[in-house]
Amino acid sequence: MSTAVESMPRRERTRPWFLDPSGWLMGAFILFFIALIGGIFFTVLFDSFARTWFGGWLPDAYTTKWYSSAVQEFDLWQVLKVTLIVAITVVVVSLLIGVPAAYALARHDFPGKGLVFLFLLLPIMVPPITYGIPLATLLYERDLAGRLIGVIIANLVPAFPFVIIIMVPFIEQIDPNLERAARILGASPLQVFVRVLLPLAVPGMLAAGLLALVRTIALFELTFLTSGASSQTLVVALYYATSSAGIRTSQSIDAMAVIYMLTTTVLLVLALRFINPTQIVSRTRE
Amino acid sequence: MARSAGTIAPPVEALPAVAGRRRRVNWPVVALLAPALILVLLLFIYPLADGIRLSLHTKSGNPFANYGDFFRDARQRDTIWNTLRLALPATLINLAVAIPLAYRMRRVVHFRRLLTGLFVIPMSLGTVLIAQGMLTFFGPAGWFNKTLIALHLVGEPQRLVHNRTGVMISLIISEFPVTFLILLAFASGIDPNLERAAQMLGANTWQRFWRIVFPLMIPGIATAFALSFVATFAVFPSAVMLGQPAGETRVIAIAAWQAAYEQFDYASASAIAIIMAAIEVLVLALVLGARSRFYRGPASGGKG
Repeated sequence: MSTAVESMPRRERTRPWFLDPSGWLMGAFILFFIALIGGIFFTVLFDSFARTWFGGWLPDAYTTKWYSSAVQEFDLWQVLKVTLIVAITVVVVSLLIGVPAAYALARHDFPGKGLVFLFLLLPIMVPPITYGIPLATLLYERDLAGRLIGVIIANLVPAFPFVIIIMVPFIEQIDPNLERAARILGASPLQVFVRVLLPLAVPGMLAAGLLALVRTIALFELTFLTSGASSQTLVVALYYATSSAGIRTSQSIDAMAVIYMLTTTVLLVLALRFINPTQIVSRTRE
Repeated sequence: MARSAGTIAPPVEALPAVAGRRRRVNWPVVALLAPALILVLLLFIYPLADGIRLSLHTKSGNPFANYGDFFRDARQRDTIWNTLRLALPATLINLAVAIPLAYRMRRVVHFRRLLTGLFVIPMSLGTVLIAQGMLTFFGPAGWFNKTLIALHLVGEPQRLVHNRTGVMISLIISEFPVTFLILLAFASGIDPNLERAAQMLGANTWQRFWRIVFPLMIPGIATAFALSFVATFAVFPSAVMLGQPAGETRVIAIAAWQAAYEQFDYASASAIAIIMAAIEVLVLALVLGARSRFYRGPASGGKG
């Protein structure tokens, strides 16, 4: 905040950060945030390997038995199977619906485009618990909830608009002249889409797909409201495990949490290699 | 699914240069957008509309009985207040931290990708997992309290979970990334020449921030505030796991859930969900509507 008035902008930029008090503050805050997230992560990790952990900085002894007990107690394979089926189906359907819509929004101007965009983004801006209860009521009436299909339908609602917000800027930055050139050289609209646009859009689709996958796996409310005993995903099983904590040891809950965390973090790091997150959120202001 | 697969075919019919000028309906564009629009109508608008219908369905004949019951019953009415006392402070704290940080980082190019990646991790973890980890980490024997005591900042372990503080910390952690990334996108979109010009004319850092950058960031701040407030207003799993779900953190989402899944009273559950939706949509409309009254020129970024 107390940068010298006299210094020219050019010099301000090249001055090393450690001579700048605001740089120190920024560094301190970032370290604090990392310490919090890291602390939460490593607490769960250590606890999942702890034989017992009373009061000390670190567990008294280590074991891997909680992982095998988590597999049995939570019916882990069934839960993982449901999680993957739900997440992958949701992502594939979201891409099939979202990519054409994103293409139309990126390449064409029409009256009311801003309103259409806003309408499509509503399911992301309104939190899932809000529309989740009426949606679940409706799905139960139609006998769809309590089963895999209901969980998939519910999770679709925020997923395909999310694909749209990521894909619109991505398609916008693909040069439209490539499509024009292909058209002039005699390609049919279908050929242009399949052989020119689609290959160029694959990195964006991959990123959108991975991010939607992570979000679907992490999304609690909609699955919680629509799932039955055999259609629980990992987060919902985790939630039920914590609310019946007396029966289950916290270590085996944490073992499951570690499995869950590793899955989502790996997927997210992969997704971030393809796309810059500031690009995505800057779209939400439209 | 089958519908959308079929509509992929006719897209490039009208090319961008020609498309916008025409008055008549551009059917290929309609076909491309139709599946997405139908899905929003069917799975988002229709359930909410049906929720309104269901909430007006009462035995007594007074259509607003369910709404009246909610506001007459102090235990139910207070859930709005309980929720606001979590959502507003969490949102404002996040903004107060994220605004200077985004301002400071608008020119930083090194580590930017790494840092944004780091900030995004809480998004991927999800609220349930953060809450589960926080129970031990912020607990009486957790590392956080141990560190505070080791640094002689406090004498005895502080109570940071199973109360309002715990829920608020979890909201701050899980909403900070989105708030920060929105503000960063806006702050980096401000033309640096504006600040250089102000500096040349004798403005100091403080003046440059408050009179040049801050006004230009207001649309971003409004967006970040609205989205973060709405998300925190719907707090649910962490209010149960980290708070006192029967006491001070009995938020409106818990009231709606209990009505539907514990009392099987779908009419009043719908009424509560509609009240929640109305508050959220009102905040979104007010804040995002007011945003358009501020200057939105080239300085607020070439991306818009």
